[in-house]
Amino acid sequence: MSDPVLDVRGLAYAYPDGHQALYGVNLHVHRGERVALLGPNGAGKTTLVLHLNGILTAGAGSVAVSGLPVAKENLQEVRRRVGVVFQDPDDQLFMPSVRADVEFGPANLGLRGAELERRVVDALDRVGMVDFIDRPPHHLSFGQRRRVAVATVLAMEPEVLVLDEPSSNLDPASRRELADIIRSLDVTVLMVTHDLPYAYELCPRSVVLSDGVVVADGTTRDVLTDDALMAAHRLELPFGFDPRTIPAP
Amino acid sequence: MGASHGHHLHFHGHSPVHHLPAHTKIVALVTFVLVVVATPRQHAWAFAVYAVLLLGVVGLAGLPFGHIARRMVVEVPFVVFAALLPFVASGPRVPVGPLSLSEPGLWASWALLAKGTLGVLASLTLAATTEPRDLLAGLERLRLPQQLVQIFGFMVRYLEVVTGELTRMRIARESRGFQARSVRSWPALASTVGALFIRSYERGERIHLAMLSRGYTGRLPVTHTLTASSAQWRLAAALPTAALVTLAVAVAL
Repeated sequence: MSDPVLDVRGLAYAYPDGHQALYGVNLHVHRGERVALLGPNGAGKTTLVLHLNGILTAGAGSVAVSGLPVAKENLQEVRRRVGVVFQDPDDQLFMPSVRADVEFGPANLGLRGAELERRVVDALDRVGMVDFIDRPPHHLSFGQRRRVAVATVLAMEPEVLVLDEPSSNLDPASRRELADIIRSLDVTVLMVTHDLPYAYELCPRSVVLSDGVVVADGTTRDVLTDDALMAAHRLELPFGFDPRTIPAP
Repeated sequence: MGASHGHHLHFHGHSPVHHLPAHTKIVALVTFVLVVVATPRQHAWAFAVYAVLLLGVVGLAGLPFGHIARRMVVEVPFVVFAALLPFVASGPRVPVGPLSLSEPGLWASWALLAKGTLGVLASLTLAATTEPRDLLAGLERLRLPQQLVQIFGFMVRYLEVVTGELTRMRIARESRGFQARSVRSWPALASTVGALFIRSYERGERIHLAMLSRGYTGRLPVTHTLTASSAQWRLAAALPTAALVTLAVAVAL
């Protein structure tokens, strides 16, 4: 069997101020999976994400991406393989035009000319934003900026797409459009979210992180219908949403 | 917020001036301003020629008079200073109407006004015919250090984000009944500025993380190099060359 795309073993991390965020996290994500990473605020989800592409360095344990250990000498390749889309598109889009922003990642990988142009147009096409290629990002709507943020990472042709709160602040139509885009991508997805219906709609599997450890790992339906687990980790379904009455998508 | 397209200094158009590559226009602007500044102030007619040349460029660019005139307001502090000079400067005095004014002061005032106005008008013409991001590309093409270009770039990109944040904070403040009436409201305003600073600083850190995540290694990749044909260079050189000829004639006479 091939190496998992994401292979996190016994990962522990404490911030420089002494606050320990992760206490031995184990997580394996295989090619083609879409996995939701759930957990209350302060559970360590963002800290975990920042380890996946080597922004933070493990205090103990290891992280490997398709067999390649996340270590200083591999950082550039690790960051190509793991595409992180941050929550606020204004943090991700910092160049004066959409084109320059989408170019930024692949250009850092050394691409130029026709190949670079192909990557940019292709990535924007996959999120339906090709027509906006020469616009400045700050003139786009929030939903459009989020889609361009996804494109900036897709242009690097990552092996796994990590989305931090992809549905936050989106209106229902933008939320649905983004779901269609995520479903259409032929890429492994790890999605950090508080939006449980979104997780249920998009991710067959869910992992619950709470107080720095993985407390549940199973089908999203099983996780969301385990009332004791949900209550113990401050996870709540929105009013009127009952996964028991909805067939798994 | 997102409704206004383009920067408020920029005036959308398709004139030959708009289409010139940014770096040729920057070189033209700097040369023109240097020529203006180098012109001895007693050659008043030379300044008139400069003004006519520059207005010709404004006309060629199809910029509406009102657009430029409103933005000339930025010069007001200099105008006030120039207007004060004849009163406060020393030296021999000449009677002007009921007033007795300093002659060197009048000359200094004239020079400041003439050179300042031409400089501001030329800069506004560049700003009105060039998108901010093209200006950045032009500066980069002219080998301005990358760090400076990056700082300008981030400023252009985040100005609206930060002013948007400031506006939201003001609305939130006023929604709780705050009105900046007296000195006593200064602490609230100061903490707004402080909060904005912290937020911007934290945003800077998040942006840096996002950049690292896409393989940033300290240099922005250069993907497109601006090029200008010799015809474009000649067109851009027309204004500073005409100004330079004017200066030569003025000095020779």
